[in-house]
Amino acid sequence: MATVRVQEQDFDVSAELAAIAAGRADIGGIGCFVGTVRDTAGGRRITAMTLEHYPGMTERAMAAIAAQAEARWQLLGCTLVHRVGRLPPGANIVLVLAAATHRQAALDATAFLIDWLKTRAPFWKKEGFTDGSEAWVDARETDTHAAARWSTASD
Amino acid sequence: MTDITAAAGTLHLLYFAWLRERVGTTEERVALPAGVVTVGDLIAWLQGRSPGHAAAFAVVRTVRCAVNQEFAGPEAKLVSGDEVAFFPPVTGG
Repeated sequence: MATVRVQEQDFDVSAELAAIAAGRADIGGIGCFVGTVRDTAGGRRITAMTLEHYPGMTERAMAAIAAQAEARWQLLGCTLVHRVGRLPPGANIVLVLAAATHRQAALDATAFLIDWLKTRAPFWKKEGFTDGSEAWVDARETDTHAAARWSTASD
Repeated sequence: MTDITAAAGTLHLLYFAWLRERVGTTEERVALPAGVVTVGDLIAWLQGRSPGHAAAFAVVRTVRCAVNQEFAGPEAKLVSGDEVAFFPPVTGG
């Protein structure tokens, strides 16, 4: 059963890694991705990133995709944590952990989950710039292509 | 869990990101308008609801929709009590 959370507060990667492996020795590898707030956007320096989400749908959608990844890669554990609210440059945004018997499944599942989160989970980012202006981040074609490579015949 | 059991006879509309800013509200309840059968019909109806709605739905290809918290296309059918959310393409992760 995956751990899925949407929260304002930061997450502790070490604590989440310890939690996924607690009380078991059958895991051979844990894939880990941490997304963070970059300090520039389109060559402009940003002062903050504000994340909005669709409460209810977000958690449902994240739980569903985690379950899909668990089945597809026979994961032994899966953790998805996504922050919302106003985040400064350098702050953590998202954590993906995928534990499996072997490394390839762990790494593939981690990549699948972050690609999916970027294109299918209802979150929206707004960048704040040093001049006080703000702009919603546009969806990127490259993210859609990255997610599409995981499509299976059943999708 | 979010309450998706809207009052009978109404649609529960939600707006996110720049759609919310342009419409000027996070949510509203409207009676299912006569002649509105699909999401596409609803968008056409909303375009005439206020200047803010018109601005939000000016470029329909930049608008995404979810019905009862599942992604839905313009052909999706609507019934009273549905939760219908409109938002831009997602940018999380």
